[in-house]
Amino acid sequence: MEQVLKRVFAAKLSDLPEKLGRTVEAGGLELAIFKLADDNIRVIENRCPHKGGVLAEGMVSGEHVFCPMHDWKISVVDGKVQDPDTGCVQTYDVEVQNGDVYIYIPE
Amino acid sequence: MEKQKLVLIGNGMAGVRAVEEILKLSPDQFDITVFGSEPYPNYDRIQLSKVLQGDTEISDITLNSWEWYEENNILLYPGETVTAVDTEKQTVTTDKDRQVPYDKLIMATGSVPFMLPLPGADKEGVTAFRDIKDCEQMIESAEQYKKAVVIGGGLLGLEAARGLLNLGMEVDVVHIADFLMERQLDRTAGKMLQKELEKQGMNFLLEKQSQEIIGEDRVEGLRFKDGEEVEADLVVMAVGIRPNAALASQSGIPVNRGIIVNDHLETEILNVYAVGECAEHREMVYGLVAPLYQQGQEMAKKICGIESEGYQGSVLSTQLKVSGVDVFSTGKINEDEDTKTVKVFDDWRGIYQKVLVDEGKITGAVLFGDTKEGNQLLSLINKGAAIEEYLDQDKSDAAGIDFIASMGSEEIVCGCNGVTKGTIVNAIGEQGLTTVDQVKGCTSASRSCGGCKPLVADLLEHTLGDEYDHNQKESICACTSLSRDEVVEEIKSKGLTHIREVMNVLEWKTEEGCSKCKPALNYYLGMINPSEYKDEKESRFVNERLHANIQNDGTYSVVPRMYGGVTNSEDLRKIADVADKYEVKMIKVTGGQRLDLLGVQKEDLPRIWSELDMPSGSAYAKGLRTVKTCVGADFCRFGTQDSIGLGVQMEKKFEGLNTPHKVKMSVSACPRNCAEGSVKDVGVVGLDGEFEIYVGGNGGTHMRQAELLSKVKTEEEVIDATAAFLQYYREDANYLERTSAWVERVGLDHIQSVLSNKKTFIELIQRMNEALAVVQQQDPWKEAIESETLLRDLYKNVKVAAGSN
Ligand code: SRM
Ligand SMILES: Cc1cc2nc3c(=O)[nH]c(=O)nc-3n(C[C@H](O)[C@H](O)[C@H](O)COP(=O)(O)OP(=O)(O)OC[C@H]3O[C@@H](n4cnc5c(N)ncnc54)[C@H](O)[C@@H]3O)c2cc1C
Ligand code: SF4
Ligand code: FES
Repeated sequence: MEQVLKRVFAAKLSDLPEKLGRTVEAGGLELAIFKLADDNIRVIENRCPHKGGVLAEGMVSGEHVFCPMHDWKISVVDGKVQDPDTGCVQTYDVEVQNGDVYIYIPE
Repeated sequence: MEKQKLVLIGNGMAGVRAVEEILKLSPDQFDITVFGSEPYPNYDRIQLSKVLQGDTEISDITLNSWEWYEENNILLYPGETVTAVDTEKQTVTTDKDRQVPYDKLIMATGSVPFMLPLPGADKEGVTAFRDIKDCEQMIESAEQYKKAVVIGGGLLGLEAARGLLNLGMEVDVVHIADFLMERQLDRTAGKMLQKELEKQGMNFLLEKQSQEIIGEDRVEGLRFKDGEEVEADLVVMAVGIRPNAALASQSGIPVNRGIIVNDHLETEILNVYAVGECAEHREMVYGLVAPLYQQGQEMAKKICGIESEGYQGSVLSTQLKVSGVDVFSTGKINEDEDTKTVKVFDDWRGIYQKVLVDEGKITGAVLFGDTKEGNQLLSLINKGAAIEEYLDQDKSDAAGIDFIASMGSEEIVCGCNGVTKGTIVNAIGEQGLTTVDQVKGCTSASRSCGGCKPLVADLLEHTLGDEYDHNQKESICACTSLSRDEVVEEIKSKGLTHIREVMNVLEWKTEEGCSKCKPALNYYLGMINPSEYKDEKESRFVNERLHANIQNDGTYSVVPRMYGGVTNSEDLRKIADVADKYEVKMIKVTGGQRLDLLGVQKEDLPRIWSELDMPSGSAYAKGLRTVKTCVGADFCRFGTQDSIGLGVQMEKKFEGLNTPHKVKMSVSACPRNCAEGSVKDVGVVGLDGEFEIYVGGNGGTHMRQAELLSKVKTEEEVIDATAAFLQYYREDANYLERTSAWVERVGLDHIQSVLSNKKTFIELIQRMNEALAVVQQQDPWKEAIESETLLRDLYKNVKVAAGSN
């Protein structure tokens, strides 16, 4: 199934805190946006598949975030929950242009 | 070559485990299709007991997620039942009229619970205890109704009864024999078990035969053969299970009690296999997962064309999953004429152990109260060991190690999850595991019933040798093999100053650490160098980063300080105004003598704090929480000291401090101890002319009574002793170790002797004051309100307006 994506402006790169998440609401979705230590930006769905923990408030380590509720470890790159727990969260594509961060979300 | 078609009927524990084994041996040989009557992916049926007991939830017991089926290209038809097998044409047909051909067919249809054919058994409120649906029905019933009757005093019945008790129901257990679990226990153990469960609130009706279930549409009671009746809003039948072999027998596959299989789990029909509770092997039908997993392994070998000896049958062992009672049995339970027994009976401590010996060999065991040796006995029986081997061993820790060393790597350590010794040893080696918890996390061993924990610990010790830490003075986390003490020592000697540096210099195995080591290092660095170290907010848990407690729905709570539990009309008015203005969901008096505003939106936090204009109560902190006080000498007729005054002083003195774990204190003004000093990290009790200082108490998960640290004469001395004690705790304890665990570990004597050195005592107080001077420069809430950066980085969400791009 083809999905139509639209690009929305989320934040200025310089406004995002490093190694922390931030909650972004856009197009009816709740997303968590992370600026990693290597300055990469990653965006995933903001709710943990376990019990809906707010992932933007989790501790970030490398390419993973630890859910603040019960410490599940989730990849912010492919959205996969790490062993021994299972599940995954949606990931979203990001583009940084002239210091502005854009997210691709479904139309 | 085209792949062969493998069809599995029954999406349960045995069948799916067998498929996992097949995928391991030969990942590309088969196109796999799975049919399961239940509308879920494969889940851990064993854990239903724990779901009912409230220790876990249905969402947490999935064994193979939907993604697992996808990733392994398995076509799963959940909620679809196979109704016919044509063994000539090699096809199966389902209740949705789907027809699927197979080259190999596995039947793993499990069991059906046996329902007593009583009149009225079809009434609403009568259930079995077998699957998620039953479990949900019981949980729902417990919300509306009060009285449950469980028929069956076996393993399943007792676990169900314990669950229903936890759900707030009154529970009668009806049992036909004169003691409990008669198939797994002897009379002595059965009676001891009964006593223990009666203490837990279960009521037993033994030697009772049920005759009729009474009521209108819904069950109202149960009548027995002897004419007696009991009330019941819920009846759970847990009298046994029967192999689910109907489909097989209709399809012409030979069935006795279960589907008859040989040592390779082949039925008498070509290309049809059976595994699990539905299968009958050498006239045995098994109802526990450990043997079923062994069957799956052997069957997988056969299906993948690998030579093997085949399945040889299993010696069973059972363990009851009811907290507070340790029961284990294996092999033969009751002695006959030729059996000799070795018995220990300690009525006082509630321990009973019986080992059965036939012709010099161990053939069975029943353990009650102390079940540590269970796994070992099981393995000795499997080996056909002589009783001497059990008796001659010293019962010290070393014995367990010898035993684990003698196990083969294919032998199962964790029966519930089918984890072998080999798997655990590999995980320890490859992932650098050093603690039982880490092994549990990586391999699932000891995750279900927990019975194999001692074995896992022995295995760790055996595998790690000298590196194994007996006190489990564990490495900080899986990112390093260094212990807390080693890390602290390195930070001091190498003068390390921030987290990244520690990780680099000490060769962390991960780039940026994890949720265990980051906060721990953040604490140690700050403790070692309070004035220089800059706290890293990204290494703090959400509560400590945001200075508010996150709630289950993602809102927060606000708890302002109320020194010593004393408030005034002005503060109360401010709290009331803020609560109205921001529509907080609830104002609650906490267990720590202050008020909690619950259900606050994150973005409102800074505004609320600024309008309250009160200091943070640090209800989120690994630091001083509250100093609880009693009314004391000013008002109370027994009061000898100004407990409120001293409590307020102490709270002001130590607020904002960072400690390894939270710290709670109290001051009472007489031995009646109304501020509960016996369960505080520091509990002061005022007497006429002196104070007693108790330390290391805890009223939480692991209740511990505080011990008397010292007696002093003045309030100043109380504060000094508290400062020295807490500073030593800060410097010596592991991160996340409460004073209770720390005092228990190092011993009060040791702490007393450290503090008795005058010079050390004074230095500890000085270092405490340095630490306090830094954290008390500014209240964390004020700091947040006044910092643009903090407000932007931590308390803002982004809302993208609709239609923007
Ligand atoms: C608010 C309060 C319950 C109440 O409504 O009364 C409370 C609420 C929480 N407690 Fe507690 N505890 C509260 C008094 C207690 C007490 C009683 C006391 O302090 O007098 C205890 C037992 C005494 C003790 O600690 O020795 C207590 C033992 C725990 C424990 C177990 C600690 C332990 O060492 O075993 C935890 C878990 C932890 O800290 O790791 C915990 C953790 C929690 C957390 C922070 C759980 C969390 O991480 O989300 C709860 C926050 C709930 C929320 O949604 O905001 N709470 N908690 C009490 C706040 C007191 C205060 O004013 O600061
Ligand atoms: C509450 C409880 C506690 C337990 N505690 C323990 C314990 O502590 N230790 C232990 O070792 N064991 C325990 N057990 C037993 C253990 O769960 C079982 O031995 C194990 O689940 C059996 O696995 P199985 O695959 O043979 O059957 P099941 O797990 O029952 O799987 C069979 C599946 O096949 C499906 N099915 C049946 N017929 C068809 C069909 N025609 N078409 C499609 N699907 C079909 C069924 O719906 C079922 O989902 C416990 C069981 C219960 C209920
Ligand atoms: S006891 Fe404490 S931690 Fe547990 S639910 Fe209540 S407030 Fe939360
Ligand atoms: S909600 Fe995320 S780990 Fe539980």
